[in-house]
Amino acid sequence: MTMPDEGLSPVVRVIAAMLFPFILIFSLYVILHGHLTPGGGFQGGAIGASAVVMLIVAYGARWVESKAGEESVSVLESLGGLMFVVTGLLGFLLAATFLSNFLVGEVLFGEIPTFGSNPGILNTGGTLPLLNIAVGLKVIGGLASVVLIMALGSRRDAA
Amino acid sequence: MRKIAALVFLVFVAFLLYGAYEMRDFGRPPSDMDDYIIENSQNETGANNAVTAVVFDYRGYDTLGEATVLFTAVAGVMAMFRRRDDHA
Repeated sequence: MTMPDEGLSPVVRVIAAMLFPFILIFSLYVILHGHLTPGGGFQGGAIGASAVVMLIVAYGARWVESKAGEESVSVLESLGGLMFVVTGLLGFLLAATFLSNFLVGEVLFGEIPTFGSNPGILNTGGTLPLLNIAVGLKVIGGLASVVLIMALGSRRDAA
Repeated sequence: MRKIAALVFLVFVAFLLYGAYEMRDFGRPPSDMDDYIIENSQNETGANNAVTAVVFDYRGYDTLGEATVLFTAVAGVMAMFRRRDDHA
């Protein structure tokens, strides 16, 4: 059996494909629970980007590019940045200042937990979950597109 | 020119050393801000995770700056590694 031009052996590919969804789920968990548990947008985004990097190592950059080009991945990053700024500007419009937490006390994400230790309610945090999601999108898109572009640009046949 | 630069550097270093001399003693918290955040972050932001409350709420501008740094890094890498298929 001949080895493909890029990527690793079928054993590695199958294991990487099996691990990929679980790593993505863990990444989303870290992002979405950023206001309750250790972690947040940056950390969860780094985990998600590492899942994409694992696919790039196992399958080769060109295969990953055929599934999701670096342009569409970096659109994800710009979307995250836009979401962050829009959330900040909404704080400017609806409350006093840029990035002010205008959702505390509202229906969405507005519950206020009891002081001290508590089980952790997901519907808390005001704008923090939104900002976590924005930064998570940004870090997943940013790091994944950086690694993808570098892998594509440093191929041997890429003159 | 070099002497002026050296003078500016020395004045700046002296300013930093003076600032370090004026700091509080080792081990004492540099401000009462940490107590304030521990007491109030859950009520003010509703987030259990005080670190996230600081990073995204009290210090949100800094996080916006970090995101901008990431954006700039991606833009730089794209500019460097862009394939030149169009011109080939």
